[in-house]
Amino acid sequence: MLDNPSYIIDTFFTIFAMVLIIFMVPGFAMLEAGLVRTKNVTSVLTVNVMIYAVASLSFMLIGYEYAFGSWDHQDSISKYAFFMFQMAFVGKVVNIMSGGVSERSRILPLALFTIAVGAFIYPTIVNITWGVNFLSGTAFDISGMADLAGSTVIHSTGGWALLAAILIMGSRRGRYKKNGAVQVIPASNIPLVTLGAFLLWIGWFGFNGGSVGSIASKDNADAVALTIMNTNTAGLAGAIVGWLLTYFHYRKFDITMILNGALGGLVAVTAGPDQYDIYTPILIGAIGGALVVFFVPLFDKLKMDDPVGALSVHLVNGIWGTLAVGIFVDSVSIMTQLKGIAVVGAIVFPISFVIIYIINKLFTLRAGDEEQQEGIDYTECGMEAYPEFKRSI
Amino acid sequence: MKKIEAIIKPFKLEDVKEALVEAGIEGMTISEVKGYGRQQGHSELYRGAEYVIEFIPKVKIEIVVSSQEFVDVAITAIKEAAMTGKIGDGKIFVSDIESVVRIRTGEEDEEAL
Repeated sequence: MLDNPSYIIDTFFTIFAMVLIIFMVPGFAMLEAGLVRTKNVTSVLTVNVMIYAVASLSFMLIGYEYAFGSWDHQDSISKYAFFMFQMAFVGKVVNIMSGGVSERSRILPLALFTIAVGAFIYPTIVNITWGVNFLSGTAFDISGMADLAGSTVIHSTGGWALLAAILIMGSRRGRYKKNGAVQVIPASNIPLVTLGAFLLWIGWFGFNGGSVGSIASKDNADAVALTIMNTNTAGLAGAIVGWLLTYFHYRKFDITMILNGALGGLVAVTAGPDQYDIYTPILIGAIGGALVVFFVPLFDKLKMDDPVGALSVHLVNGIWGTLAVGIFVDSVSIMTQLKGIAVVGAIVFPISFVIIYIINKLFTLRAGDEEQQEGIDYTECGMEAYPEFKRSI
Repeated sequence: MKKIEAIIKPFKLEDVKEALVEAGIEGMTISEVKGYGRQQGHSELYRGAEYVIEFIPKVKIEIVVSSQEFVDVAITAIKEAAMTGKIGDGKIFVSDIESVVRIRTGEEDEEAL
């Protein structure tokens, strides 16, 4: 007989959820590799590997204890499992930021910002929401915000950092013409985009399902199953709405928008999937998908260049997802949610802005126009992703 | 000796090649090119923004023949096989060739063709 059944089962469950979340590493990698041009594919993939390694280690060595106080802050599951589950999220926050500034970032300065996020910025937010909470008892205490798996803690945090980065680094060379017209830079590999998006989707089952914390009772098992089901439903609704809206507007189907719509729905449900009935996520995901279809061209109009749609998927829907819990769940107040959104934004955006500004000034985060023209693969990696094919100019 | 260059729609390549083989022409070189004449480009859509493809993919076939007879035969074969009747079918150019060498044997000019 097992000597400590719930400890064992929950540790196992946590490890399983963590493995699912790690599917998001190739998920982000493939999504981004497909959305950029062939001349930047190798560097984007290099960045993705770098982020997972650097962010995770920064969190392990510095950020984790900062966020949770100590390695022994809980004893319902193995402390190593608890750590790994939390660690799995860290790289994702940086991925959100790096994806949005693809094709114009240099790798080493990006690694510096990765350390800043993994060791400091992200753990600060975890600290005040899920961790030891140094704001406890103060006017800025937001630990009451309902955010099961991180619509705000992870997605908005990454989104605010991305917003700061886009404002500082500007758009890709040649992206916006002087008369305001958008120069289209099409994706180089739609199959990879699709693969990446679906890997992210699968990862979300661990992302949200694992955040319930425990599966070792009938009630908990139901909560986990409901959470995963609601997560999935929101993605389905986001995909369908993305599909229909792009068709009504443009009379064409844009698979990148359909997939972005699905991801938007998944982000939008992430704050409260354990608290909704099984139908509400349809609405939440649908609105999430609609927001993506609306905001992607809007950001282009504002000349905020985002090759992967991360601002729309993660920042906009991170905010919507957090508000949605306040709207649809009686016991959660919208004001509490708003306060959480505002405090996190007020911390992450300025800090990210300052750090990225300094990194850019000292180490040149933004690749110059000539570097962008030759391709980051050539200038930073010295190798091409598809050497047998001509590189596009 | 004459060189015949033909710019045709890519999906017509198989038909043109078979017509040339049937007409007795045994070798050719092709390259994938882009271009436009009177045929306008077409527009595509990506994430809400429209863009125009101006240079349309085409295939260029190059053959070198030994006499005017073969030129006429080749032109007829290409014209019939490559024709769709729609704008953008392509063009054929004929020019003079000064000399030819077969690398393996060293044969020159007409013997090399």
